[in-house]
Amino acid sequence: MARITAGVGSSHVPLLGVASDFGKDSDDYFGPIFNGYEWTRVWELAEKPDVVILVFNDHASAFDMKIIPTFAIGCGEQYKPADEGWGPRQVPDVEGHADLAWHIAQSLILDEFDMTIINEMDVDHGLTVPLSMMFGKPDKWPCKVVPLAVNVVTYPPPSGNRCWALGEAIRKAVESFPEDLNVQVWGTGGMSHQLQGPRAGLINREWDNRFIDGLIGSSDALRHIPHLEYLRETGSEGIEMVMWLIMRGAMGKTTRLLHRHYHVPCSNTAIGHLVLRPDNGEGLDMTGSDFAAAAE
Amino acid sequence: MTGPTDIHAYLAAFDDIPGTRVFTAKRARQGYQLNQFAMSLMKPENRERWKADERKYLEDWKLSDEQREALLARDYNRLLDLGGNVYFLAKLFSTDGLSFAQAVSTMTDMSFEEYTRMMVGGGRSPEGQRSIKEGR
Repeated sequence: MARITAGVGSSHVPLLGVASDFGKDSDDYFGPIFNGYEWTRVWELAEKPDVVILVFNDHASAFDMKIIPTFAIGCGEQYKPADEGWGPRQVPDVEGHADLAWHIAQSLILDEFDMTIINEMDVDHGLTVPLSMMFGKPDKWPCKVVPLAVNVVTYPPPSGNRCWALGEAIRKAVESFPEDLNVQVWGTGGMSHQLQGPRAGLINREWDNRFIDGLIGSSDALRHIPHLEYLRETGSEGIEMVMWLIMRGAMGKTTRLLHRHYHVPCSNTAIGHLVLRPDNGEGLDMTGSDFAAAAE
Repeated sequence: MTGPTDIHAYLAAFDDIPGTRVFTAKRARQGYQLNQFAMSLMKPENRERWKADERKYLEDWKLSDEQREALLARDYNRLLDLGGNVYFLAKLFSTDGLSFAQAVSTMTDMSFEEYTRMMVGGGRSPEGQRSIKEGR
């Protein structure tokens, strides 16, 4: 059976793609940002996920204003990096997992989530930057990806509670897929940033770190944060953090922290990143391996 | 639950956030053509046509005079007021060769250098920036 073995939260700042592609990742400005992902890059090599369900938002690349889906799932075989105005990033194409994606889509619809199904789209920095941060610069991405796009641009975006519940439904869907797959869920976007208007540049370090704290353990307090609080406290684009709640919801009742990292600034934003294990609350993870160890 | 039950109260609260234009349905509707114009700049051939003659390029789009003038003036705060969204307008400033941070700084009362210094110093504090009514 397929199982969810870990959750990753991460910002997906476009400038990090530029820094990675042009070899600036260890200079004075970018070094402290990329260093915070070093632990994760080594860890991912050992974890070898088969599939990543990558929750992100499209930034007016694949979707313009003609169609605005609240939750969309990529069920295609392959996705190309989008041309965001300066040519596509020179990174590998993204390989989908159509069987798993279609399975999840069907399961979610039966669970009363009205998913939009995407068979063809280009993927922008929201999806390709996290791949670069977690996997570095391979010739081919080391796993398949199921893109899950969330509207966090046109209001209202989905509530945090709905995102969390979607994550719970994704977990159920993955666990009912018969193939033996190591699956991770990544929630990307955020943390505090505002890219528009006279209040641009807002950063709330304290709030961001409290949010990261809230993802660890068994509290579900974060699902009750209203949109207005994200806007007031973390800037207009801080609303992207609702996408981390899809990842958190997919982890189950309790999580254990493996790694966390926070840094200001990166371009206009704060960089936040963490790695979580689903946990049974007694220090045992819910992925199978710890159960075997405990039985010995 | 996090979902508000009263859509009017939900939307009205956004007006209480200082210096922020939330991309509501009202703005999305007003800015439809403006944002789709910006999307058109994702194609290299359109970027070339736009750079060759901006006014002529805009003739193909059903924009208001105000939107047209704000575009030509690169008045981004005005464009947000007229229904523009920053992710769409990003196509315009990338065509101009500006970085996100450079473009974003033009919406503040700071120069790009001052804005950069603020970000390196930890960004704009939320103190006094949360609510107009409550002054916090």
